Amino acid sequence: MKMERVDKELAELRHTFRSGKTRSLAWRETQLKALLDLVHDHQETLFDALHHDLGKHPVESFRDEIGVVKKSATHSLAHLKNWMKPRTFSQFPPAFAGSKAVGRIVLAAAAQHLTPVTLELGGKCPAIVDLTSISSRYDTQIVAKRIVGGKWGPCSGQACIGVDYLLVEEKHAQFLIDLLKKYIRRFYGEHPKESNSICRIVNRRNFERVQRLLKDPAVSASIVAGGFIDEERQFIDPTILLNPPLDSELMTEEIFGPLLPVITLNDIGESIEFINSGPKPLTIYPFTKDEKLKKMIVSETSSGGVTFNDTMVQFLCDSMPFGGVGESGLGRYHGKYSFDTFSHEKAVMERGFYPELEPRYPPWNSFKLKFIQLAYNFDYFGLGLLLMGLKKH
Amino acid sequence: MATTIGEEKVTVFGEEEAKQLVNGLRVAYDSGRTRSYSWRVAQLKNVVRMCDDSEKEVVEALYKDLAKPELEGTLYELGMIKNACKVALKELKNWIRPEKAKTSLTTFPSSAEIVSEPFGIVLIISAWNYPFLLSIDPVIGAIAAGNAVVLKPSELAPASSSLLAKLFSQYLDTSAIKVVEGAVPETSALLEQKWDKIMYTGNGRVGRIVMAAAAKHLTPVIMELGGKCPAVVDSDINLEVAMRRLIAGKWGCNNGQACISPDYILTTKDYAPKLVDALKTELERFYGKNQLESKDLSRIVNSNHFARLSKLLDDEKVSGKIVYGGEKDEEKLRIAPTILLDVPRDSLIMSEEIFGPLLPILMLNNIDESFDVINSGTKPLAAYIFTNNKKLKEKFVMSVSAGGIVVNDTTIHLAVHTVPFGGVGESGMGSYHGKFSFDAFSHKKAVLYRSFIGDAALRYPPYTGFKLRMMKALMGGSFLAILRALFRGSKP
Repeated sequence: MKMERVDKELAELRHTFRSGKTRSLAWRETQLKALLDLVHDHQETLFDALHHDLGKHPVESFRDEIGVVKKSATHSLAHLKNWMKPRTFSQFPPAFAGSKAVGRIVLAAAAQHLTPVTLELGGKCPAIVDLTSISSRYDTQIVAKRIVGGKWGPCSGQACIGVDYLLVEEKHAQFLIDLLKKYIRRFYGEHPKESNSICRIVNRRNFERVQRLLKDPAVSASIVAGGFIDEERQFIDPTILLNPPLDSELMTEEIFGPLLPVITLNDIGESIEFINSGPKPLTIYPFTKDEKLKKMIVSETSSGGVTFNDTMVQFLCDSMPFGGVGESGLGRYHGKYSFDTFSHEKAVMERGFYPELEPRYPPWNSFKLKFIQLAYNFDYFGLGLLLMGLKKH
Repeated sequence: MATTIGEEKVTVFGEEEAKQLVNGLRVAYDSGRTRSYSWRVAQLKNVVRMCDDSEKEVVEALYKDLAKPELEGTLYELGMIKNACKVALKELKNWIRPEKAKTSLTTFPSSAEIVSEPFGIVLIISAWNYPFLLSIDPVIGAIAAGNAVVLKPSELAPASSSLLAKLFSQYLDTSAIKVVEGAVPETSALLEQKWDKIMYTGNGRVGRIVMAAAAKHLTPVIMELGGKCPAVVDSDINLEVAMRRLIAGKWGCNNGQACISPDYILTTKDYAPKLVDALKTELERFYGKNQLESKDLSRIVNSNHFARLSKLLDDEKVSGKIVYGGEKDEEKLRIAPTILLDVPRDSLIMSEEIFGPLLPILMLNNIDESFDVINSGTKPLAAYIFTNNKKLKEKFVMSVSAGGIVVNDTTIHLAVHTVPFGGVGESGMGSYHGKFSFDAFSHKKAVLYRSFIGDAALRYPPYTGFKLRMMKALMGGSFLAILRALFRGSKP
């Protein structure tokens, strides 16, 4: 029954597309404006739904979802005419955001129809914290705030670009952890469960998945903050772990939850090798003022993107492509990249009937061969000589 | 890698060999060698030298595999390859340089750039009809972008395949650029491995298999496939020039065995007789009287394809429709330029890509009916129209979906490196040529640099009504709203 409905809807979509209705600037603008109206008129309803599903606070909802959609639609409306200019456009490939496993299934299904795909997946996004180059009180506070904001701020860790784990030098670890604890308290109070500013886990299945990550005794022994679990409300405290085993599920799978492992290194430069030993993440968040280290990170690691000295904000940057590489995804979007992702760039070439070059055509001889070789090299002088009979061929 | 069966030594490239190959390449890639500008430049210069030194051998191999005329081999294969290298060598520094990106108030203060980095190790599976061009052109893109590469040439052009293996080992850095020869078993073994990008040139059936294999590793792909490239011929044009260009794009390109050859013609009933006459005149001018034996035409690649094409001609729906040519020589694998007039749309020849020297002409009541015919089929790699009618031309460009479109000529967009070359729908995904090749084999990494100054408290919890209002105002970008929010303060 369901499949029939899908087929029917797809057929209707194809019919509508064929009619050419969706191609006009007017139609696109109307739909984008309608999206803006939808989000504006039903903002409260959307806030309520997000709060119901995830315990998400309206500020977080606006900052990460509704505000972003508004900004994106407004940006597109402002630039659409320009984007449409010399380009011609004709297809709608599927875009998919989600987990690696499902991503493979989607891509395999698309392969059957040779359908191009954009996959926004995830990965373990590391934050590298270089507290040797960052030492002032003010700066270290900002680092801690931005990390806490980038871990538990977005959906309590349930975001593809959320900070998954931290890398820091052994000698700075305790200092950093204490600072993080301070900001967790400041943002979420003494009992985060009661705070309205942090999400809960989306559903039972994921709650149990995250809970299971802590079941390994070696992992739970490494908890240095948080760890409180409310089974009934599917809530897990902001939790920090210090050096859990690297072969634990916590450290091999994307966490997608409010657990923050802190891995210590002897030297911050080792973070590059550490990151490269795993699959390519969606983003890397280095906190450092060391220009040399910055350059090394950009050139020696591979990830969808890199954001220095902050977390999350690249999501708001419409001028930058947002997407993964390797296991973190294929393709990109945001701003004009969204337009391009869903467009086929058609090459169009126009010729006049004059002038017409005889040497293009058979029967072939050495003169024609020489002519075309010279033309390919843009050797106009040589061509002139050839035509005047002054060049041998 | 070699096993002995009886007295014969049989070389086997299976799963084990493929795994070792890939591991070796990863080590080479991880060493960073392929990322340096000087390495890329050296390899590209070696490709140019390789082409210059081996022109004679290449022409011979192409003759063996396809009876390809010397001029086609020298120009459409070697000439294009050298040009691609020259463009890459000239522009590489620019292409590699990160692109600065604008940032807005929302992330102020910050700076941003887009950094091109190689994917890593790349697999290129090539085709038999332009065995050098379709192998080396993508390899150029992969090298320019800093990747390690494996090339799998088509086994249907064996002399070219083995020459490619020999030349690559002599001229290029074999630790990072390799050729694996073989057929289905070898290709399958390669496809089992994890690649960072795969490019395939060929047909849709195998394309699906390649993409499905890539899907297992979430490997992005470029597919250069085919389709039935239509050529619409309007009246009131310079028919002589149009037909010459059509012939050059059809029989002049490997005797119709090219993905962008005009596959069939659409014209009006009234214009058709003139068109056919012009075609006949120009065909004879180009290829003489005995076209079956012409040295300026490639032969059919093998007996499978010969049988396939013969079947299209033997179809009873088109038997009375041959108005020119039709001669075949099975032993020499030759078919003469053949024109069929007024073929039914449901004939075999109109149901699949011809890829050969047969040209069906469909007759319409008026030229506008072309759009229905073209759009009822799958999207082709290229579409052509010969017309002086501005409205018709615009309608064609806007409503025909194809990889590329050429007005008043055929196939030459291949040589223009400033436009992307690639398909859409069944004809493929992704594109290359010129900078598009560099981009095809690069991951565009977004890098944002933020400073510690200007940290906005309103980003952080605990969340309040004031923060919500300020955030809305900031993201909306309206200064008035910002002022209003500030003025109102934390009053609920």
